[in-house]
Amino acid sequence: MTVTLFIPCFVDSLYPRVGISMVRILERLGHRVECPEDIACCGQPAFNSGYWDESRLIAGPVLEKLKNKEAVVIASGSCGAMLKVFYPQMFHGLPQEADANVLSKKVWEFSDFLVAKLGVTDLGAKFPAKVTFHDGCHGLRELGIKKSPRRLLEKVQGIELIEMADAETCCGFGGTFAAKFPMISTAMGEVKCTSAAETSADYIVSNDSSCLMHIQGLLSRQGKPLKTIHLAEILAQQ
Amino acid sequence: MSASSQARDFSAKARVITRDLRHRGLIQTALKKYEVARGRKASAFNDWQSARQAAAETKWDAINHLDTYLEELVAKLEARGTKVHWASTATQAREIILGIIKSKNARCIIKSKAMTAEEIHLNDAMEKQGYEVVESDLGEYIVQLRHEPPYHIVFPAMHLTRDDISDLFQRELGSAPTREPEELTMIARRALRKKYLAADIGITGANFAIAETGMISITENEGNARLTAALPKTMISLLGIEKVLPKMEDLALFLPMLATAGAGQAITCYNTMYGGPRQPGESDGPEEYHVVLLDNRRTELLADPEQRDALHCIRCGACLNVCPIFRNVGGHTYGTTYSGPIGSVITPHLRGLQDWKHLSASSSLCGACTETCPVKIDLHHHLLHNRRNASVEKPSSLERFAYKMFAFVANRPGLWQFSKEIARLLQPLHPLVKGTALDPAKSWTATRELAPVADESFKEWWRNRR
Ligand code: SF4
Repeated sequence: MTVTLFIPCFVDSLYPRVGISMVRILERLGHRVECPEDIACCGQPAFNSGYWDESRLIAGPVLEKLKNKEAVVIASGSCGAMLKVFYPQMFHGLPQEADANVLSKKVWEFSDFLVAKLGVTDLGAKFPAKVTFHDGCHGLRELGIKKSPRRLLEKVQGIELIEMADAETCCGFGGTFAAKFPMISTAMGEVKCTSAAETSADYIVSNDSSCLMHIQGLLSRQGKPLKTIHLAEILAQQ
Repeated sequence: MSASSQARDFSAKARVITRDLRHRGLIQTALKKYEVARGRKASAFNDWQSARQAAAETKWDAINHLDTYLEELVAKLEARGTKVHWASTATQAREIILGIIKSKNARCIIKSKAMTAEEIHLNDAMEKQGYEVVESDLGEYIVQLRHEPPYHIVFPAMHLTRDDISDLFQRELGSAPTREPEELTMIARRALRKKYLAADIGITGANFAIAETGMISITENEGNARLTAALPKTMISLLGIEKVLPKMEDLALFLPMLATAGAGQAITCYNTMYGGPRQPGESDGPEEYHVVLLDNRRTELLADPEQRDALHCIRCGACLNVCPIFRNVGGHTYGTTYSGPIGSVITPHLRGLQDWKHLSASSSLCGACTETCPVKIDLHHHLLHNRRNASVEKPSSLERFAYKMFAFVANRPGLWQFSKEIARLLQPLHPLVKGTALDPAKSWTATRELAPVADESFKEWWRNRR
C-alpha cells in the first residue's frame, strides 16, 4: 500500500523524530511511504478560532494535494480530526464538499491505522520503561480511538503500562486556547501532570505531539523528572 | 481585539482562582466522588447509551413541536384552574410575579431552588420592593446567607467546606460551631421552618412540564419544594418553555436519568407532580396556582437549527461536573447564571454574542461535556459554532489578518521553509527576552518551556534521505 504521511507543522519543526519513526515502521511493514512536501499545516488554528474562511485558504489546497491518495496517515489525533471530521463540516455546501467527504474516509490516525486498518499490533519494539498513556481528546472523542494505542503498547517488550487516574481528562493544550487562556490551560496541565506522576511512570506517552508539547513544557519548567514521548517513537525502538 | 468587560472580568477572575490550590483540591475531590457515584448508577441502567439516545429523541420531538406541546400543556393546566402567564423577557417575568405578590398583599416569600429565578434576578427584584425572600433549599439558603449566586446549577454551595458553613451559621444565625452535616442541616431546618409558616407565597422552578397531563414535575432531595408548594396560600412556578415533555411516561426515563447524571443517585428522594390549585373537596394545596412560562430569548435558540438541541438541556449539571475548565475556574468565574459547557453555549445566545463569546473561546474543545450529556447536546461543537458566528458577525481585523498571513506563508513552500529557518536562527536569542514584555511567546513561556526547534526538520530529513 502507498501510505501518504501528513506531517503537522509542529511535528515537522519540533518533533521530526515522530515522523521519522512513522516512516521506519511503515517501511519495515513493507509499505511505500510518501510525504507531500508542500503541505505545511491543516488549518486548524484558524478554524478553532472561528475564522473558517481563512482556514479554508489552507484546507482547500490540502484537499487538492491529497486527492486520490490511498491512505493518509497522521501522527496526531487533533490534525487527524481536522481532516477527517471538520473538513467535511467546513466545506459543507461548497464545491469541495465531495472531495472532503472522500478524503475523510481515507484519513487515519497512526495507531489506529496500524491496528484497525493494517491489523498489526506487534512491531517487535523494545522499550524497557514504565509508561502511562494520555488520551488526546480529539483522537479519543472525535475519532473514537481508545484501544489501538494500548494494544500496540502491550506488545512492546520490557514496557510496563500503568494507567493514570483520569487518563481521558484533557491536558489543557487546546491549540490557541493555550495562548488565549494560559492560566486555565496551565492549571489543567498541572492536574494532568499530577495524575501522571502518581503512577510513578518514567514517561507519559501519547499519540498526539500537541498534548505532549504542552505537558513537556510544564514538566521542564517545574524541573520534574517525568518525560514525554510519542507512541511512534516507542514503536520504532528495536 | 477589543474584549468586552465581561471577558476581561472572566480572565481576571480565572487568573486568581486557577492559582488557588485549596479551591482546586476541593472541587476535584468533590467531583471525583460524583464521578464514581454516577458511574455506578449509570451502570444500573440496562444500557446507558441507549437511554441517552431515547432521551435525546424525546427531547428532539418536544423541542421541534414546542408550539403544539406548549398549547396542550397550557390548556390542561388552565382546565384545572391554574393561571398561566407568558413572559417574553426577564423584565416581563419579574413584573408578572411582582404583580401577583402585590395583589396578594404578601410580605414573606419562600422559594425552592429555581435557576430560572436566578436567570431573571428575581430575588433582587423582590427584595428591592421590600419583600422578605428566603431560599429553602439548603445549598441555596447557604449562598443566600453569603449574598452570592449559586456556584453550580445543581450544587449551589459545593465550593464551601463544612467549616465554612459552620462559620457562616455562627455569624448569621448565632448557632454553635459544629462539623456534623446532620447538625448543620438541623440548624438550617429550624431557621427555615419558621419561614415556611410565615410565608404568604411559595415560588418554585420546575424540572419538567408534562403536556399530556398538564402537570409540573419537581424533583428534590430535601422536601423543601413540597413545603414551599403546600404551605403558602399562593404558589408560583417559574419555568423556561423548553421544560416540556410530551407524555407522563417520559418521566420514567427522565427522572432516573436526571438523578443519575446530576448527582449519581438512582432516583431523587422526592418526586412530585403539581396539577393545579386545591380542587373542591381536597384538603390541602395552594388556593391559587400560577405558572409563568419564560422565553427570554429561548425562541431565538429555537430558530437556529444548528444549535436548537441546546434546548434539550435538563439542567442536570453533568457537563459542568466533567468539564476541566469548570473544575479549574469554578462556577463564579463565569459571571452568568448558567456556567460550564452549557452556559458557554447558551449564554452568548441569551445575553449577547459579542459580550459573551469569550465563554465559547475559553475551552480546549475536549468534548468531555458532549460525551456525558444525557440528552446528547453537541456542546463542544456548538462552542465552535459560536466562535464562527462571532467572527463572521464582527471579525477582529488583527486576528483575521494574522490567519490570512499564516495561510499566505503556509501555501508557499519556499516562504514556509524560509520562516522555519528564521525561527531556528532566532531561537538562540529567545532567552534574552523570555518572560519579558518583548517575548512574542510570553503567554506560553510564563508557565511553560518552549519546545526547541530541531536542527533538522522532518521535511529536511526526508529530502536529504532521498
Ligand atoms: S447540557 Fe446536558 S449535561 Fe449539561 S446540564 Fe444540560 S442536560 Fe446536563
